[in-house]
This record gives sequence, structure tokens and C-alpha cells, in this order.
Amino acid sequence: MDILESVKEVIVEKLGVEAEKITPEARFIEDLGADSLDTVELIMGLEDKFGLEISDEEAEKIRTVQDAISFIQSKQ
Amino acid sequence: MRKALVTGSSRGIGKAIALELASRGHALAIHYAASKDAAEAVAEEARAKGSPQAVVIGADLGTPQAAAGLVSEANAALGGLDILVNNAGITRDTLLIRMKDEDWDAVIQTNLSAIFHATREAVKIMMRAKWGRIVNISSVVGILGNPGQANYVAAKAGLIGFTKSVAKEYATRGITVNAVAPGFIESDMTAKLPESVVAEYLKQIPVGRLGKPEEVAKAVAFLVSDDAAYINGQTLCVDGGMTPH
Repeated sequence: MDILESVKEVIVEKLGVEAEKITPEARFIEDLGADSLDTVELIMGLEDKFGLEISDEEAEKIRTVQDAISFIQSKQ
Repeated sequence: MRKALVTGSSRGIGKAIALELASRGHALAIHYAASKDAAEAVAEEARAKGSPQAVVIGADLGTPQAAAGLVSEANAALGGLDILVNNAGITRDTLLIRMKDEDWDAVIQTNLSAIFHATREAVKIMMRAKWGRIVNISSVVGILGNPGQANYVAAKAGLIGFTKSVAKEYATRGITVNAVAPGFIESDMTAKLPESVVAEYLKQIPVGRLGKPEEVAKAVAFLVSDDAAYINGQTLCVDGGMTPH
């Protein structure tokens, strides 16, 4: 499956936002309304979905949907 | 109906908690360290009291990570986990100057580190459900101190701080974390004490008697109910009035 679609699925599940709002530029905290716990859940969700580990330092840099996609691409 | 894991529930206070939750219709995972037969008997009694499902799981919480495995096993067996009661505990009482490193490490592992491992695993499960109840069984000695129990008291006091922090972290996810601090409760341990020692204890207890395991269990059952949704991070002393605060 397309990485964007898979990432969207995780975001919809964890943040409860509508799929249309999830654009590559969308920022998790400012645009999608995530709080600090949401972002941790999101990272854990991405780890589960893509079977990878994201360190705290790496997670810190994932601020937008595109950041997440690029990170996952770099690991595949 | 909720799904609950009570650690150390083959006897004593843990058993009373398991049976109280059973009588309120909850599904149960009964955990034991060594006494499988006793745990099976508790499961049987739990079913008789109205628990729709009661499974028995053995785990040695003296082993790092065993507690996390116990929580996943309970989650798998019950098909979910809403309630975790961290009750299992050990003692290795002796005066500080005679306390061996092993006495310290064993008590901190089972009474504090295992609770960290179990709670971390349980919170991950409860976050997804957006509902959860965790109760850590501390002790009044964790508040008052007690000679001969530096290791035990350090762990029980540590639990209270742990409870407060985790309570604040997951409050927005419908998860509450509280502690219950029993005082002197009728148990295998207190049954072995000489009468003179019990008489000394009684002088410190305004109610004038030892507590019953069921009286601790009622407090736990309340804290894990929907009625206690607005109580979070507290330590409830069930001690006949020894430690008002």
C-alpha cells in the first residue's frame, strides 16, 4: 500500500481527524490538534504499522505528515 | 463487565480483591507466583460469585520483564484489559545494617520495578480503549516508615510517587491511577505474630482492631469503578484511622 495512505490511516485512528485534513504539509500539533501524548501515540502507531523503531530524537523531528512519510521512506 | 488483572491474588488481600471484583461481575485474571492450586481455587470461587471468566496465570515477578509478559498474557486471555491491580509483593525484613544487597534488590524488583513494567504495558492497552483503572497496593508503612523494613518501605513509598506521576500523564485518556495503603490487615503474616506484638499494633489503631482483607478490597473495587472517575493520583489509607492526612 501507498505510504501516504498507510500514514493517513494511523493519523485518523490516533488523532480522530478527517482524512481530508491530512495533507503532506499538515503539522500534527498546530494543524491536526495533537497534544504531546497524541504525538507519542502517533509515533507508536507508525512503529507498529511499518514495523520499525523510531528513537526519541528521530520522533522529535517528525512534525508534519511529510516528515513522517520521508522518515519511513528513508528506512525502507 | 470489565476485564481485570489482580497480581498476587491466590491469597490474602489480592484474593479478597479478586473475589470482590468477581462479585461485581468482572472478568478476572488471577495471578500467582508459586501457589497454582490456591489460584485455581480462587478462580473457581470467582466464577461462583459471578465472574463471567476467571483465568489463572503464573509469573515470577522477581524476574525483570515478567510483569510485562503477565499483562500481555492477561490481555490475550481476557480479550482486553481495563483494570490492573498491582498487589503482589514480598518482604525481606531485617535491620538496615544487616540488610543484604539481595534483600534490597529482591524487594525493589518485585514491589516496585515489576509495577513499572506491568503498568507501562497496561497503559499502552488502556490508551487504545480510552478507559482504564490502575490501583497500586502500597502500605501505611510507605507513609509512616517502619523499622526493619527499609527496603519494603522504600518500595511502597516509591509506589505512591509513581502513582501520582502516571496519574497525571494519562488522565486525558480516561485512565486513573490510584494507590491504596492498607494498615495492619488480618493475614498469614499477622496470624503468625505473637499476641504482645499485635497488642502493640492495636494501640496505634484508633478503630481498635486489625482490618480485614475484604475492607481493603471494597476500597479497590470503588476506585476501579466508573463512580471514581474523578479520583486520580490519590493514596487511600485503609487503616482504621492510623494515618489521617
